[in-house]
Formats: sequence, C-alpha cells, structure tokens
Amino acid sequence: MNLIQRAVRTWLLTELLRGMMLTGKYFFKKKITVEYPEERTPLSPRFRGLHALRRYDSGEERCIACKLCEVVCPALAITIESEERGDGTRRTTRYDIDMTKCIFCGFCQEACPVDAIVETQEFEYASETRAELYYTKDMLLKVGDRYEKQIDANLEADARYN
Amino acid sequence: MSWVDVAIQAGIWALEILVIAASVALSVAYIIYVERRVIGWMQVRKGCNRVGWAGLLQPIADGLKLFLKETIIPTTANKFLFVAAPVMAMAPAFIAFAVVPFGETTLFGLWETAHVMAIANINVGILYVMAISSLSIYGILMAGWASNSKYAFLGAIRATCQMVSYEISMGFAIVTVLMLSGTMNLAGIVHAQAGGLLHWYIIPLFPMFLVFFISGAAECNRSPFDLPEGESEIVAGFFVEYSGMWFATFSLGEYAAMILISLMTSILFLGGWHAPIAALDVIPGTVWLLGKAFFLIFVFIWFRATFPRYRYDQLMRLGWKVFLPWTLAWIAVIGICMYTPVIQDVIAFWRPGSGA
Repeated sequence: MNLIQRAVRTWLLTELLRGMMLTGKYFFKKKITVEYPEERTPLSPRFRGLHALRRYDSGEERCIACKLCEVVCPALAITIESEERGDGTRRTTRYDIDMTKCIFCGFCQEACPVDAIVETQEFEYASETRAELYYTKDMLLKVGDRYEKQIDANLEADARYN
Repeated sequence: MSWVDVAIQAGIWALEILVIAASVALSVAYIIYVERRVIGWMQVRKGCNRVGWAGLLQPIADGLKLFLKETIIPTTANKFLFVAAPVMAMAPAFIAFAVVPFGETTLFGLWETAHVMAIANINVGILYVMAISSLSIYGILMAGWASNSKYAFLGAIRATCQMVSYEISMGFAIVTVLMLSGTMNLAGIVHAQAGGLLHWYIIPLFPMFLVFFISGAAECNRSPFDLPEGESEIVAGFFVEYSGMWFATFSLGEYAAMILISLMTSILFLGGWHAPIAALDVIPGTVWLLGKAFFLIFVFIWFRATFPRYRYDQLMRLGWKVFLPWTLAWIAVIGICMYTPVIQDVIAFWRPGSGA
C-alpha cells in the first residue's frame, strides 16, 4: 500500500506540483520589500549608530576625561588625551574615534559616568575615504549638537529599562 | 533565376535573419528582467523596479554595464579558444532559430496560399534543431578547457555529461511525435495538430511532453539542473573566468536556448500556432505560439524559484534510469497502438496524414 502510494506520488509528480503551488501562492502575496531611501524601518531608541559627544544645557561639554570609554573599548577605537583647563577642571584635548575600528558595541556609552559619549541613530555617514571616518573631538561634538534633541528623547525613552 | 533575383532573395534572407536575431537578443534581455521580477515576487520581494518605469530599463542598464566592463583573459588561458568559446556557445542557439516556424501568413491576402513564417522551412527541421542545438556543448567544453581553471574544467565536464545524457531521452521523446505526425517538417508537425486542443500531442504523449520539457531544462542548464554552473559548489562552473561582454555572450546563448526549447515544446506538443478552440482563431497564430512559449519560459522560471539543485548522481539517475526507459517504453506503446486493429482507429485521431 505504502509502496503504491509512493509510486503514484512519484509518477504523477504530485510533490513537485505541490512545491510549485506553494511558490505560486507566494507569487501573489503582498511584498515585504522596504524601498530603502524612500521607505525606512523604525529604529529602536537603543540603536547604536554614529557616536556623539554631548554638552550640558549651559554649553559646557560633559566629558571629564575619565578615560573609562577608552579602557572599555574592545576595538581600541578611542584615543583620549587630557590636560587641566584654565578653570582647574580636567578636560580632553583630544578625543578621537576611528569609525573603521569601531564595532558599535555600545560599551563606551555604558561606561560613561556623565552620559557624554552616546551613540545616535545616525547610520548614513558613509564617506569616500577612510580618513573621513576618523572622527575627532570637534566632529563628535558637532554630531552631538546636531542630534541633541533626538539623543535626549531616546535616553528618556530608554531610561525606565535601566 | 537572374542575379537580381538572387540578390533580392539574399536581401530578404538577411532581413529575416536580422529581425529574428535582434528580437531574440531583445527577448533574452527582457526574459532576464522577467526572471528577476518573478523570482522576486515568489520570494515576497519586489525585484528590480528602480531603473525606468517598473524597472523596465534595467536590462539595458545591465547590458551597458557589461559592455563597458573589462574582459579579463587569464594569463594561463589559451587565448584563442578562450575568446572563441562564448561565440561557439551562443551561435548554435541562434542558428537553430532559422527553421522555427513562427506562424503562417498570407501577408494580408497578398499571397494566395499561406506561407510558413520561417527563414528556412526545410523538411528535416526537427533534425536540424537537434543537430545544431547539440553543438553549443562545444562552446562550453572549450570555455572550460581554455580557461585553465579547476572550477571551469569541472563545470565543463558536468555540462558535457549532462547534455549527452539528456539529449538521448529528448531525441526519443521527439521520435514519438514523429511517429504520430509522420513528418519531420516543423510546420508539418504543427499542421498535424490542427483542429483544437484535443488534437495536440500533449494529449496522447503527455509523459513525453514532461520528458521533453524537463530534458530541455537540463539541456540549457536551467535550475534545477544547473550543475554546470553550480554556484554553491564550483562558483560559476565553465564561465567562472569570464567577465564583461564575453560573460554576457554566454548568458545570451543560454537564454536563447531556453527560448528555443520553449518554442520547440510549443510546436511539438502544444499545437504550435493553433488556438485551443476554433473560436479563438481570431487571435493571430504567431501570438498563440509566442504566448505558449512565454508560458513555458515562465514555468522554467517557476522551476528555478521552487526546486533545489539536483545532486549529480540524482541527475544521472533521472536521465538514464527514468527518462530513457520511459521514452523507449512509450515508443513501443505508440508503435503497438498504431498496428493494433481497434486502438489503431483511436490513435488515428492524432494522425491526420495516415489516411485512416
């Protein structure tokens, strides 16, 4: 019986036809393609994209050059040099992130005691040279200025899970 | 026949050849487009839709890109054979179109009798197609060998083995058609199927239709028989070393062969340019033939979206242990039926030339 059943299935190509019916059904299904530059998928508030250095509302930069991020960075992408500023506070003179090394793990953001270094939702910063992906302190601060509202909203949205 | 007549005839032939070659090449470009979209839809994607309206200029963009790309010739390759191989692979597929009858026309009543729309309506058309389309294997073999690369060599071996195996069952499937039609002329075979759906050879020869069509897929290295290419095992098989326009030439030949197989299946089994019922005869025969061929091409694409690639031993098993005995048996069945008193009269329904 089993043998006859199998023979019938084989010779009438039912298995092949069933497979083709399945793909035939999918032919008419609604397509799930997201046409990227025009359409986008939603991003999580925790999305880890381009880095930013933040400031306080007064305009003072948050970073206190504790170098925890430099230490925690598994890819050794962060380079920090610091000096005493005129008013006696410790500030960075150099804060570089090499985006070609960065693995976007988010450890720097977690390590930061003053929420100075964060990762934004920006991910479209491709460049034509590697040199342009070497972000200096000025560039990072500028990114922070540009996305401050968004960063703030995202930290707010994520705060209750911390 | 004066030399003027000869010149006019030559001119007409040249024009016909140009028209058919150009339309085949253009169809190839758009079949690739259709393939990408259909496979996309079956995978719940949208497929290429960016270049031009609904992506319709995509094939032209692709062609242009391939045309402008550098053709790399490996230093260890045999340069002459390496360059000649794609042409050798492509040319037979195009040459075979010479005998394909695209329909019948009286040229809007200008001619008294209907003429067959083929460049050469020769009386052994089917043999010609089989003979010419087999030649494309030389191109593939040359490509594989001249590339001087392991992957290309393996691909060429596979392609040769596969083509030789499947040509046999394909030939025997054709024999059953010839037994019923009694002619090797392609137009004659179509005429023998006149009179509606029931007269088509797909009815008495359904298993042969399947064998022919599936062998056809194997002949033009279509998925699930695309072992000569086998991206996941041997990168791209016989054309792994090719780039730019020579690579495009290979796909041109491959897709032209696919069109040819679809046209041949329509002509041999699906009544060629005849409409399934008499009432639909108002639609021109050429449209019917091309429509049937296009449906078969769609099925090829459907195959590709559905079935995983055969393993090599499975491929050989299917060719030699399933198709070959099956076709041989069917030849015997048809032969016996044709000479058995009562069944003879039933079979005569499909044999208009037999006088029964």
